[in-house]
Formats: sequence, structure tokens, C-alpha cells
Amino acid sequence: MATHNPTQKAPERETFKIPIGPQHPALKEPGHFEFAVDGETVTDATVRLGYVHRGIEKGVESRTWIQGQYLVERVCGICSHVHATTYCLAVEKLAGVEAPPRAQAIRSLVAELERIHSHMLWLGVAAHEAGFDMLFMYSWRDRETVMNLLEGITGNRVNYSANILGGVKCDITPEQDAAIRAGVDYLEERTRHYLDVVQNDTMFMRRTKNVGTMTREQAEQMGVVGPTARASGVPRDIRVDAPYAAYKDFPVNVITETAGDLHARFVVRVNELFETFRLIRAILDHLPEGDLQTRVKRKIPAGETIMRIEAPRGELFYYVKSAGGETPDRVKIRTPTLPNMASVLELAVGHQLADMPMILTGIDPCFSCNDRMITVRDTHSNQRDVWTWDQLRKYGMNAAQ
Amino acid sequence: MDINKTWQGVLDQVKTWARVNSPWAIHYNSGSCNGCDIEILATLTPRYDAERLGVKLEGSPRHADVLICTGPVTRQSRERLIRIYDQMPEPKFVIAVGACALSGGAFQGCYNIMGGIDEVIPVDVFVPGCPPRPEAIIDGVVKLLGQLQGGVSAEPVTLTEESVPAPQGVKPGLA
Repeated sequence: MATHNPTQKAPERETFKIPIGPQHPALKEPGHFEFAVDGETVTDATVRLGYVHRGIEKGVESRTWIQGQYLVERVCGICSHVHATTYCLAVEKLAGVEAPPRAQAIRSLVAELERIHSHMLWLGVAAHEAGFDMLFMYSWRDRETVMNLLEGITGNRVNYSANILGGVKCDITPEQDAAIRAGVDYLEERTRHYLDVVQNDTMFMRRTKNVGTMTREQAEQMGVVGPTARASGVPRDIRVDAPYAAYKDFPVNVITETAGDLHARFVVRVNELFETFRLIRAILDHLPEGDLQTRVKRKIPAGETIMRIEAPRGELFYYVKSAGGETPDRVKIRTPTLPNMASVLELAVGHQLADMPMILTGIDPCFSCNDRMITVRDTHSNQRDVWTWDQLRKYGMNAAQ
Repeated sequence: MDINKTWQGVLDQVKTWARVNSPWAIHYNSGSCNGCDIEILATLTPRYDAERLGVKLEGSPRHADVLICTGPVTRQSRERLIRIYDQMPEPKFVIAVGACALSGGAFQGCYNIMGGIDEVIPVDVFVPGCPPRPEAIIDGVVKLLGQLQGGVSAEPVTLTEESVPAPQGVKPGLA
């Protein structure tokens, strides 16, 4: 029986914390979120990442330059090609060689096909979060078309390994050319339907209009990248700002929206699909003739370089350092989800709890790309904290003694 | 009142029948690159449509019969994986999907991985491939159901490359 304690004050208005994850039905990847709620309204949000941290950057250092490509490809299964391309371009820059024009064009072609696959995958998952499973099933059915094309070109549905250092290993035959055109025509027709759905479906509009609005100032301040930034009116696209591979010869039109809400993010991504279809046709029309590969030596000259690429989710950044040996000295990867994740925590405040999955998927998060940190946990006091550089240095020196 | 042995036997048969007809699966990514996860999701979407075989993806471990698990098990997710496995009701079965779930795969030697699901929890079916095709994942589920028909899980099964259907090549248009 509860007794009344007169000295105990009535509790102040408590915040209720809802933990979500890392295993949860919404996303297929582990991430832990904590939402503080007042009623149904979210007042604070924190995220704990790192469940997918595998130690890839260190792993690359213990592999040869060629093996490294296959490991960075597995940073993320959805955008594996852009990871391999960035790595190859960076290593080629260090080695002082350039892949032949045909190889560069095929790299861009596969990257654009991958963008279709990634955006359609996202459209499905985001629709699923909105409770619109019909659109999920439709977009995933149509996505199989582009999976077929990728499989036809490279031999694998996911993690295609189209790149090798100094070029690509798959050619586009006339039959494949025809198949890609037919596939793209079919997808373009379907994408018109999706654009119609995301712009005109009343139920869908009510889930997306004026939800998670990010102004242009906010977007620039938080440094968000990719379609998330473009939906807020920031014309940021590496394919235009710093053209790589074949994008010098095949210019890209940047698609932007000004509203900055979830709806704008849907429209930007669907419109980007049309731009991608146009690019694929342009590349196929003017595919340069020539070799597919140039020779890259086993040892890469000492030096360091950076490489940036527009992944389906935004800017992907690689720093590669060579000490002149057969293995990389250091590879640093910064993926687009990292800057975008900060915006989720900011935008979550003030929204209904039910909107959280939508706001989260609005940035197209990819945890397997993202997880580059682990939390330091003191096993004695079980306290979790962030260490300063000095603390870490002292700890390291003590441990070394 | 006790249920006598005969009735218990009949009850078990009914349970097995129900379980084989409609296994509920839960999916956990223990640090994979996402490749296997999107292929698992693809098995549920119209072209492969595993739901027509009664396989349903379930959100809660407490309602699930089968744990479909991917990834080399990072040190961070190890605890979670064990917790999810513990929360599942008996009898429970585990399908490890992907090369890294089998042995660490491409990530072998990375400092933060345990190197395979069976290092942490018992596994019934191994599906190799990086990533395995959706057909292979469905084949893994079917192999598991074959085991289930016998009552309890027997020896672990590893699918061979031969049992996986050949690629279909380029076929544009409707999936």
C-alpha cells in the first residue's frame, strides 16, 4: 500500500522519453533514437549511432590498393558504386593516371542507374513510413527493372564492382544499349505516375506538406547536402560544382525546390529521376569509343588527395593518403548522411511523434554509410562520455606504459 | 487438469502445421552493408513476393518464429542480437544471410566485428552470397521449413551455389 510522504514534493511536469531502436520495424538498419515528448509533441531528440561501425577505414589500411576497392564498396550496399568510383578516382589521381573516356562514361552511366535504383528504393521506403504501402510495392516492383539492367551490365544486383583501378571492367554492348533504353523508357512513364501521386494525392500531401520544414538559411547553416539541401533551395551538386568522371561532357541540370518541407524533398527526388533518364540517354548517344582500362602500378606514389562525388544522398568525400607502398596509408570517408542527420534532430522538435519516421526517412538516411564512431564507455563506472583530445592523449600514453 | 500424452502429440502436430504454413520472421541488421537487407526487402515485394508462401515480416521479436539476420555482428550490436534472440519464444530458428554473416566476409580482420552470426547465437540455415539473390533467401526459408516439418531443427544447412537459380540476364519492362 502506498503511503503519502508529506516531505515529498509533487513531481514537476516530467518529460517522457521514448526510446526507439536499434531493432525497430520502421527502418531496416540499426539506429537508436530517444525522443522526449510532451503529450504527442516531440520536445527533444537524440540519436545514438555506431551499431554498424565495422572499422572499414582501418581495414582498408591492411589491404592492398586493389583489395581496398572491394572493401569500400561494402561501406554501403545501396550506393556501392559511388564509393568504389570515389576511391578509384582518388587513387588514380595519386597514381597520376586517368581512366580512358569510355571508362569514365560507363562509370557515370552506372552511377546514374544506381541513382535511379536508390531514389526508387527511397520512394518506396518513405511511402511505407507514411502508411502508403501501395506506393511502396509499386515503386519496388518497377525498381526491379533497373536492378535487371545493372545485373545485365555488371553481373550482380547489388555491390556490382563495375570499377577497377584505372577503368571499368564491363563494356556496354549494343544489346545492352537497347535494353537500357527500353528500361529507361518504361521507368520514365512510371515516374510520371509517381510525380502525379506525390503532388496530387490528398492523403499523401497531408502527411508531407509543411512537415519538417527547413529554410534555406537553416540548410546552409547545418551544412546539409544532396537532395535534402536542394529541396530547401540550395543549388549544391558536386556533378555541377566540381565535375568528375564524364560529367564535364554531360552537363547536369540542378533540380531545386524552395519549400524545404517533406513534400519538396519528394518532388526533388522524383524530378531528379527525370534528369537521370535524360543523362543516361545522352551518355548512351555519345558513348566515346576506346579502351576500358589503363594500367595502374601496384605501388602508388606517396602523396595525399581528396575526392568528392555526388552520391544519391549527397556529397561523398574521400581522403586518401599513400606512403608509396602497396597499401593505403590512410583512407578517410565522410558520407552524406552525417551532415544530414543533424538536421533531423533539429527538425524533429515541435512535431508530432507520428511524423518522426517520415522526417527521418526524408533525408534518406543510411546508417551503414554513417557509422564511423563508437562511444567510449568506462566499464567501471559505466559512464558514457565524450573525451577531449587531451584526455584521449593522456589515456593513450598511460595505456602504452 | 493435465492434457494427456496423445493430446499433447496432436497439439504439437497442429502447432508444427501452423508454423510451417506461416512462419513469421524478424529481420535484424547486425552491421551489414545494407546490401543483404535490401535484398531481403526485395523478397517481400511484388516480383518475389515471399508473403504468398506465408512468410510475414514481423516487427517484434516476441511474435517471431524465425530470425533473419545479416552482417558480421559488430561489437556494438552483439548485445542487441543476443537480447533479440532471447526475447523470441521457443522454438526459434535463425537464418544467417550473406557472406559476412557466415564468416565475416569482406570485413574479415576488421577490429570491430565478431566475424559471423554463429559466433554469437546458434544458426540453422546459412545463405551465402554477397549479397545472396532473393531466390537464394527464399530457398533458405524453404530449407528451414523442410526441417521444421520434422519437428525440431536438425543439422545446420548451408546452401550451395548450385541450389541458387541462374541469373536471368537483361529483361527490361515489367518486373
